[in-house]
Amino acid sequence: MPYPQAIQEIVDLLRALDDRTERIQVLVSLAERFRDVSPETAIRPFEESRRVPGCESDAFVWVKAVGDNMFVEFAVENPQGVSAKALATVLKLGLDGQPIEAADQLDDELVFTLFGSGLSMGKNLGLTNMVRAVRHQAVSLHRQSPRP
Amino acid sequence: MSATVSSPNVGSSAEVLVSTEWVAEHLEDPSVRIIESNEDSLLYATGHVPGAFEVDWTRDLNDQVVRDFIDGQKFSALASRLGITPDTVVVFYGDKSNWWACYAFWVFQLFGHTKACVMDGGRLLWLKEGRPLTTVVPQADTTSYPVRTRNDRVDRAFREDILLHLTERGCLVDVRSPQEYAGERLHMPDYPNEGAVRGGHIPGAVNVPWANAVDPNSGKFLSPDALRVIYEEEAGLKPEDDIVTYCRIGERSSHTWFVLKYLLDYKHVRNYDGSWTEWGNAVGLPVER
Repeated sequence: MPYPQAIQEIVDLLRALDDRTERIQVLVSLAERFRDVSPETAIRPFEESRRVPGCESDAFVWVKAVGDNMFVEFAVENPQGVSAKALATVLKLGLDGQPIEAADQLDDELVFTLFGSGLSMGKNLGLTNMVRAVRHQAVSLHRQSPRP
Repeated sequence: MSATVSSPNVGSSAEVLVSTEWVAEHLEDPSVRIIESNEDSLLYATGHVPGAFEVDWTRDLNDQVVRDFIDGQKFSALASRLGITPDTVVVFYGDKSNWWACYAFWVFQLFGHTKACVMDGGRLLWLKEGRPLTTVVPQADTTSYPVRTRNDRVDRAFREDILLHLTERGCLVDVRSPQEYAGERLHMPDYPNEGAVRGGHIPGAVNVPWANAVDPNSGKFLSPDALRVIYEEEAGLKPEDDIVTYCRIGERSSHTWFVLKYLLDYKHVRNYDGSWTEWGNAVGLPVER
């Protein structure tokens, strides 16, 4: 199943790049577009229930429903958390304004697809757990939403 | 502790750790090459010590097919690309309290490049001190580094060496977490299980987690006196012991190898990079819990 359109476009772009430096530049530029969670959504100290388990970058995730659509926000407390910020940007670009079910299209492979095989196991787990946290919160929202 | 470039002792135990201040003073020094080596492959591109080159452990130091390091030919090509000569003082630093910096330092020792140092405190201390970063990737005047055969006998241990080590009652230092050592888990806390089918440790190994050697606030290595308390008084090691360090894939244990060999001046220390991903999967090897 393809990813939500904006994510799929980034995946396709990265797949087309053979050069490691170019891939890294794309990911770094995504990280530079990272926006911290809005104060309307959460203020520090954040609820531990929003923390991504096993993430060295101390990432937090919020998935909110607005009507039938979802919006995701992130905090990355470790200033060195460049990879987490890049992934957060990718997820936000791909999921904001999408139906909540779009989170079902995310899978653990997304991390490997974006970051490649050079990812250490620690980074891999933290980033994969970010994806899982988004999916988990979206599923919870979906269950809570009124059924027709 | 600091090093001076002109010192003939650079690379010896007395001079192998350099401060961030020393590095800042030698950014323009043509006889010094600064190398950043990280776990997170994106970090270098977001900003690095001015003039620093990047060495990536998977891309640059590992053979891309066989589980082994690059050979002498490839090391020569790497060093030449980085503008390194046998006389260049190579200063390593990186994230994770210099895990990968120590790993890269160790691999350079396999090729006999003894003019090498580690920047105490690593990347994080450099940032905490507000020192400059740049995203400009430097260009080196390539050199012609001689091809040297990798020497795996002095600083590296293999599975067969460990088996021999067991019969000769040599010392083993397991630098993983206490839970990994005890066999309660097959990976670091919060890290995924990467496929070891047995948990525990190599028989007789003492457990001294690598991070014990580092001040958690500054990321700097502890003083030699403090290190002696940890490794000698608490773990029972002696400077004359024949010691092998190991962890999961050899990166954390290269950090401890560095501590024992260079900061405590132990003479016989080797790093077993096969570590638990080999030992915990190999058929018939003894495991203790």
